[in-house]
Amino acid sequence: MFLARIRVTLRPSILDPQGKAVAHAIGTLNVGPVQDVRMGKYVEMKIQAPSEAEARKITEDVCTKLLANPVMEDYTFEVSKI
Amino acid sequence: MDDERLTFGVVVFPGSNCDHDAYYASKKILGQNAVFLWHKEADLKGVDVVILPGGFSYGDYLRCGAIARFSPVMKEVVRFANDGGTVIGICNGFQILQEAGLLPGVLLRNSSLRFVCKYVHLRVENSETRFTNRCSAGEVLAIPVAHGDGNYFTDPGTLQRLEENGQIVFRYCTPDGLITPEANPNGSMASIAGIINEQGNVLGMMPHPERASDPLLRHTDGQKLFQSIIAFSLNTAESGRR
Repeated sequence: MFLARIRVTLRPSILDPQGKAVAHAIGTLNVGPVQDVRMGKYVEMKIQAPSEAEARKITEDVCTKLLANPVMEDYTFEVSKI
Repeated sequence: MDDERLTFGVVVFPGSNCDHDAYYASKKILGQNAVFLWHKEADLKGVDVVILPGGFSYGDYLRCGAIARFSPVMKEVVRFANDGGTVIGICNGFQILQEAGLLPGVLLRNSSLRFVCKYVHLRVENSETRFTNRCSAGEVLAIPVAHGDGNYFTDPGTLQRLEENGQIVFRYCTPDGLITPEANPNGSMASIAGIINEQGNVLGMMPHPERASDPLLRHTDGQKLFQSIIAFSLNTAESGRR
């Protein structure tokens, strides 16, 4: 069994108003100069695959077909044996 | 089509909430036939026009429209569109058409971060489509919007193609037809409110024409879209018989 940990983030060229609003809220905490907050999604999924290579291939497939919209999002992931 | 009346098929996803409005406008206001198409059934029941209505299909989980496009009915909608059938996606329906790859671009969160629910003005940029032939070029329509994610975005190359091909059908404008940042309710690129595909048979728009159809509600500009589709379909059927 493998565990895929996937992060989907807005592409750098896309304005992230939600991130901006959170950055504004952070500003009121007086914790220091925090800038450029970007929001994203984190997804975990367990995969019953014969090898890590196969698990990575499945994860890649799920990311491109469903989890990320390439017009506005990028994704990264790690796959580990559990 | 029977006895000169079209049949509008309104797709119902879990979370659709403008399906009854679209059905009501097609049937009671425009006097056409209308049927609901449950998303689990891969059957369009021979309808002439498919409407993907507004709402929050699948609770907008993951991304607006991202999960609805995997519903069994969508395979048939894509096939119908690729065969030249008339498809209109309103609001959430527009988002679904993009996720299904039938229209380019994506609808991001409104730049204001607010849900916007109000009447807006739209300028008809292309009056030679099957959705706007009853409008004149540059005509200003009053039609309401109600969305949180209507901020149209695409890459510069695609935007240029949309402009050059006349695929931008509606832009947000002032009551006088001027395109200004203030008249743009959601931050859409180039003030885009509605686009068609290259073949011209699939329309996606954020404003709700079905909500501006009943004279009881005062504004009836939305009727023009339905009337255009009806005029186009009757003409096509007429020339088919000749």
